[in-house]
Amino acid sequence: MSQVRVSTKINGDKVEYLCEVDESLLDVLRDRLELTGTKEGCGTGDCGACSVMLDGRLVCSCLVLGAEAEGRSIETIEGMADGETLHPLQQQFLQLAALQCCICTPGFLVAAKSLLERNPDPSETEVRYWLAGNLCRCTGYDKIVRAVLDTAKDMRRSA
Amino acid sequence: MTEQTALKREFKVVGTRPLRPDGIDKVTGRAKFGADANAPGMLYGLILRSPHAHARIKSIDTSKAEKLQGVKAVVTRDDFKRPDRADLIDIWINVMARDKALYDGHAVAAVAATSKAVAREALRLIKVKYEVLPHVIDVDEAMKPDAPILHPDMRTEGVEPKPKKASNVAHRYEFGHGNIEKGFAEADIVIERSFKTEASHQGYIEPHACLASVGPDGQGDLWCCTQGHFMVRNACAGLLGIDVAKLRVTASEIGGGFGGKTTVFIEPVALALSRKANRPVKLVMSRNEVFRATGPTSSSSIDVKIGVKRNGRMTAARAELRYQGGAFSGSPVEFGAMTSFACYDLPNVQTIGHDVVTNRPKQVAYRAPGAPMAAFAVESVVDELAKKVGMNPLEFRLLNAARQGTKSSYGPTFGPIGLEATLERAKTHGHYSAPLGPNQGRGVACGFWFNFGGNTCVSLNIGEDGTVALTEGNPDIGGSRASLTMMAAEELGIPYEKVRTVIADTGALGYNEVTDGSRVTFAAGLATIKAARDAIKKMCGRAAKIWDIPEEAVVWENGHAKPAGPNAGTFKPLSLAELAAKASATGGPIAGHFEVNADGAGVSFATHMVDVEVDPDTGRVTVLRYTVFQDAGKAVHPSYVEGQFQGGAAQGVGWALNEEYVYGKDGRLQNPGFLDYRIPVASDLPMIDTVILEIPNPGHPYGVRGVGETSIVPPLAAIANAVSAAAGVRLTHLPMSPPRILKALMDHQRG
Repeated sequence: MSQVRVSTKINGDKVEYLCEVDESLLDVLRDRLELTGTKEGCGTGDCGACSVMLDGRLVCSCLVLGAEAEGRSIETIEGMADGETLHPLQQQFLQLAALQCCICTPGFLVAAKSLLERNPDPSETEVRYWLAGNLCRCTGYDKIVRAVLDTAKDMRRSA
Repeated sequence: MTEQTALKREFKVVGTRPLRPDGIDKVTGRAKFGADANAPGMLYGLILRSPHAHARIKSIDTSKAEKLQGVKAVVTRDDFKRPDRADLIDIWINVMARDKALYDGHAVAAVAATSKAVAREALRLIKVKYEVLPHVIDVDEAMKPDAPILHPDMRTEGVEPKPKKASNVAHRYEFGHGNIEKGFAEADIVIERSFKTEASHQGYIEPHACLASVGPDGQGDLWCCTQGHFMVRNACAGLLGIDVAKLRVTASEIGGGFGGKTTVFIEPVALALSRKANRPVKLVMSRNEVFRATGPTSSSSIDVKIGVKRNGRMTAARAELRYQGGAFSGSPVEFGAMTSFACYDLPNVQTIGHDVVTNRPKQVAYRAPGAPMAAFAVESVVDELAKKVGMNPLEFRLLNAARQGTKSSYGPTFGPIGLEATLERAKTHGHYSAPLGPNQGRGVACGFWFNFGGNTCVSLNIGEDGTVALTEGNPDIGGSRASLTMMAAEELGIPYEKVRTVIADTGALGYNEVTDGSRVTFAAGLATIKAARDAIKKMCGRAAKIWDIPEEAVVWENGHAKPAGPNAGTFKPLSLAELAAKASATGGPIAGHFEVNADGAGVSFATHMVDVEVDPDTGRVTVLRYTVFQDAGKAVHPSYVEGQFQGGAAQGVGWALNEEYVYGKDGRLQNPGFLDYRIPVASDLPMIDTVILEIPNPGHPYGVRGVGETSIVPPLAAIANAVSAAAGVRLTHLPMSPPRILKALMDHQRG
């Protein structure tokens, strides 16, 4: 099977790659581009560990084909911090210990960032439902939800 | 909220909440987990699995797969010789099926190829001929005399005389003391009930993954996500016939385990493929494989009988527990039988456990293995008895609670323990007096776990600039780098930021047991403190040399060596950094070491309180409020202790309300994915409040007790008690899914 040539933008940089027609964006990111910060927990869109932004929309990269990224813009966990400065969500997750084993953390951070971009003042219920597609088995979500709510508050204050 | 009840010692670092040292890597995607490593010339491995619950494997034809372009190795049972070590036999059979496939998902063959696509195609080309055999899934069915037998050579151990007939009961256990008949005769009220729980999976988000490389010189390297890389090394060396020292295992970051990563599955297969192909091989499980072929915990069937006087005092208690552990012996029924009544002071107690095999994947430890199901059964009866004698459930438990000096139901006499403290604190907590609405109910339950210590080895190296490298051997599954760094800083008297903790590979340290039994903060913490003391002793010796005074005349205070005593003289104290700078001139590098098989892990207790609402039309349960009260001995990093309490409670909510292995009549698992095996998501749960109590463990220099496992023991029971109160009918079968609750409500209405 011949491969597809794809030109795309990842975390602001132009990237070109070849991939199989049936290869997922997740596999491209992890296996071809060594962007392993995006994780695979299920491969069926049920756990959110592979969350990335595709043209500003939150998606499970295991459910997107690598070929579909042609001409699009992708944001992954590797692009979340601004150089040495962590994104406020990254900082707050650390501050509140909203992470234990941390395999789900990149997905949660990407998903939470997309929530705050749409809704800078979410209620606890809105946070819980927005993040319901991201599974965490360690924390019981308590500290994650608090970290997102606290970050939203801080970001509103400094806006 | 941390509440000190007895601790006297003042700490500087321990008890604070610094950022975890591995934090930046974890929030930026830089941390490397099991599937994140690659190697030059790497091949992709895949495993072919049995679609049958029980089948004789007549033949395996791999010839077509081997001829496929890009396939570099195929392995089957013929590539795994019977190991010498008896304790590896079951693992050997589990890693690659021998004459029979024992469950849906049992590995039958494996391939390594130049791409995932080629590997997938190669699996399709392997032809396996099966003779399908009758199977058994349910624990009670498996114990019947006419049940299909899994292992013709299995004779029940622990029964005298030893049975002559094969059975699916691998072992019978018995614990207790007193005279059980006399105890029940003395009771005014006796309640006896039967319970069932379904198998639940640990549900770690990271599937098993490894990268193996074995050269023609017989030396091997393995990278994998595991709770214990020393265990992986020893098991793989034994299974592949490699010398232990020639296999180096490096633990990746681990994306959750909860007990499920305390054995090997794919690692020996990847090594065998690599050895055959003479190339590095990466093997990563799919989620489907994780559910079908790794170890969930046991399903169970339990009878409980407890007798009390009219005044509420228990006179006797008995439990009979039947756990199926999948296709091999080793269900945690022994722990279930030991922990059943550990919360109570009982004059007469007996527990009997049956370890049963069925055509399911080999169970693996799951957080306080065996205890949550037993606590569910016992605490449900305790709840009913409290109501019957007209006492509130906390007072009833306090009246019967185990305390210091109580002879436990499993043998030993308890030292200082925190059960009463958790119950007393629960009584005064605002949660307990909060009002409840219609269709709402409140439940409480207690739980116990032993905690563990075990073999541990750490090194602590003093750097020439006065910073410290702590080298330990336990994968950090939830913040243990932080707690160990804190204990090293505390003992040395230097800032937290001056210590870096590294998890070393198997070549760097002596054997460290797996990260299990809630052991790391206790045992590796103890070893860290002792290694720091070893380094301090050496630094005091260097100061004595510099000052030319006896070593005994030097003490260590606040990170400095100081002269002390009548003849020590008056020298300016030397800091750790100053001594480190002079190390070369005073005898060479300075390092502290400690090796121990740690005992003295303090047992721990918790009380959980939960409010739920039951929708009478749909049977859906909503968890409204949850509070955990648990003894931590000493909370080193309170945020991560709270995290353990919350995580255990959340897993308990899933187990109690929704999670379940569902099998079809064909013995195949029907729900091997996160869509159909639904673990709690953020919108299913409320905030989970925590109260940390600190009753110091005399077995640890700072009083630490393990905290990871106890938190999953009470929730099944607490939620069952709350649901039963809300629904007005006793629920005895977990999970309490909407159909089960609706059925119970309808049966109750019909009378």
